[in-house]
Amino acid sequence: MTEQTDAPKSHLKVVLTSLAVVVAMVLFVFYVLRPMYYLICEWTGITGSTFETAEAQPFEVQTDRPIRVQFLATNNATMSWQFRPVQTEVIAHPGELIQVSYYAKNASRRDMVAQAVPSLTPFEATNYFLKTECFCFNQQPLASGEDTEMGLVFQIDPDLPDWVKTITLTYSLFDVTTASGTARLDK
Amino acid sequence: MTTTTHDHHDDHAHHGPAKGLARWLFSTNHKDIGTLYLWFSFAMFFLGGVFAMVIRAELFQPGLQLVEPAFFNQMTTMHGLVMVFGAVMPAFVGLANWMIPLMIGAPDMALPRMNNLSFWILPFAFAMLASTLFMEGGAPNFGWTFYAPLSTTYAPPSVTFFIFAVHIMGASSIMGAINVIATIINMRAPGMTWMKLPLFVWTWLITAFLLIAVMPVLAGVVTMMLMDIHFGTAFFDAAGGGSPVLFQHVFWFFGHPEVYIMILPAFGVVSAIIPAFSRKKLFGYSSMVYATASIAFLSFIVWAHHMFTVGIPFAGELFFMIATMLIAVPTGVKVFNWVTTMFRGSLTFETPMLFSIAFVVLFTIGGFSGLMLAVAPADFQYHDTYFVVAHFHYVLVPGAVFSIMAAAYYWLPKWSGRMYNETLGKTHFWLSFVGVNVTFFPQHFIGLAGMPRRIPDYAVQFADFNMVSSIGAFLFGASQLLFLFIVIHTIVAGKKAKAKPWDGAEGLEWTVPSPAPFHTFDTPPKVD
Repeated sequence: MTEQTDAPKSHLKVVLTSLAVVVAMVLFVFYVLRPMYYLICEWTGITGSTFETAEAQPFEVQTDRPIRVQFLATNNATMSWQFRPVQTEVIAHPGELIQVSYYAKNASRRDMVAQAVPSLTPFEATNYFLKTECFCFNQQPLASGEDTEMGLVFQIDPDLPDWVKTITLTYSLFDVTTASGTARLDK
Repeated sequence: MTTTTHDHHDDHAHHGPAKGLARWLFSTNHKDIGTLYLWFSFAMFFLGGVFAMVIRAELFQPGLQLVEPAFFNQMTTMHGLVMVFGAVMPAFVGLANWMIPLMIGAPDMALPRMNNLSFWILPFAFAMLASTLFMEGGAPNFGWTFYAPLSTTYAPPSVTFFIFAVHIMGASSIMGAINVIATIINMRAPGMTWMKLPLFVWTWLITAFLLIAVMPVLAGVVTMMLMDIHFGTAFFDAAGGGSPVLFQHVFWFFGHPEVYIMILPAFGVVSAIIPAFSRKKLFGYSSMVYATASIAFLSFIVWAHHMFTVGIPFAGELFFMIATMLIAVPTGVKVFNWVTTMFRGSLTFETPMLFSIAFVVLFTIGGFSGLMLAVAPADFQYHDTYFVVAHFHYVLVPGAVFSIMAAAYYWLPKWSGRMYNETLGKTHFWLSFVGVNVTFFPQHFIGLAGMPRRIPDYAVQFADFNMVSSIGAFLFGASQLLFLFIVIHTIVAGKKAKAKPWDGAEGLEWTVPSPAPFHTFDTPPKVD
């Protein structure tokens, strides 16, 4: 074998291109995959969980269309507060502005901070359930032994699909005492 | 391909290997580094195997006999992590190091120093991971899929070491992959055109692209965990507005291509061995290449089939179900080609061929149970049961692991210059074959009957099949000691091997003497 190869090809181009792919994929996780997940969640309403404040809309109230809205409360993991809806159920008419509230009491011996996370069933109704005021928008501190009523004002968009007759809204209460002060990540 | 007789009187230009430990520590030689990778993965195979034996011993009978449930969870987690990242992946990188330069007629890998680095960070990663077993709070106990918040809010303190170990493994894999890509793109011998590349080289090239695409995703997801645990972010913490389901999406966006990273090189191995022992050319070479590329592409759009039960919308279930079933088409093309290669061939059944045929049969069984799992409505029943365990062990053990064993028997004469003992090899095969099936086949039944995975105790109606499964596992585990013996026996006392010990084998690797000299193809061979 006497044949000589051409001058060895430079590996630099291949290595740099590959490294660019690697860096791009890391950025992809943080800046594309994660935002895309939230965009899809928001668009479909699938998690039933919106934190956005909605403006009250001047809808015409559909008095002939009663929608049952049920309220549930769950304590997450080790959360020790008493937490329950004041009204477990209301009849809402699309377009109506309705105020309800949840009761919370910190029966523990230490001062605590809580965060409520909403979830709504059926998820197809999520984007038609407008919360103009919600205690889930903010963290709730309570001193030991203190209690409070936390408000929720909502309005149902009259475009709500016809088949939806009942909406169930559940709040999970998380203990964020150690993590309080940490801002919720921007979506 | 022409055969070339390589001239080995070029000692003036090259010194031989360094003496003693320095040879291995500072090696930039693809053969030495390949050997290091292979021995390392062999060691991890036994470590992960010991964890598996603990699991099967505890499950031998219902009730809690040997270990605490908390320790059992650490065993399932460590078994999965060590086998995936320590045994299977480094074994294939070792094979790539040894064989790719020999197969394409290159003198070494493209980036020899990076090659050294990518190997030598691995022992540190696994030492760190294994050391968590001795830490307060124990080793990671959240399963190899480390779903948040189990792996964040509720994780033992050792999770931080786990995260850094995964970072190091990822860096190693990325460097290894870049090396493979640069080698295959730039260093093919003259005349070695794309469609003449041996299939093992093709499958590794595609695997390397998968690696550089998804290992950064894995690094990203563990970095998010690290930030959630230590820096107060809430990527996966619902209380802070994050989402545990996001974790699963990001993890499986890595995790599904990862399973093809573990099987595509196996396809390459059996595509080399089956033609050699059928004494025929591989049937449908180009369709094999396109099928491999199709599988790689599809692997990016099927990840949510691992998550059918988290509550994705109906349209999503439908899309991921159909996309997943689509993978059966290129995989079916491959199985068809292997079977057709054997059809009317003059077959002989040496150990590498036995492992390869078992691969085709048993991997196909694993593929079929995968199709069952792909059916979204059915998956609601199968999800997180032993049926899933049976499925992925069928594709990984008699799939990936059998192909690695086949490769070891097939190329051991080239690596060591000596033949293994055929009787011992066949004994090892039959023990492994029986062991694997006795272990994992009953797991289909107990899974369908409803036994959940990752539990240390179970309802009594599953007792018989679990005992059978454990006996199979002990048999399979013990027969790997025979494998270790065979490898050592070959290296120490095997009969001298010819340059081409398999008369039907093809490829440039058989044109160099056995054992392959320290430096090969300094002058590139001519391929026509």
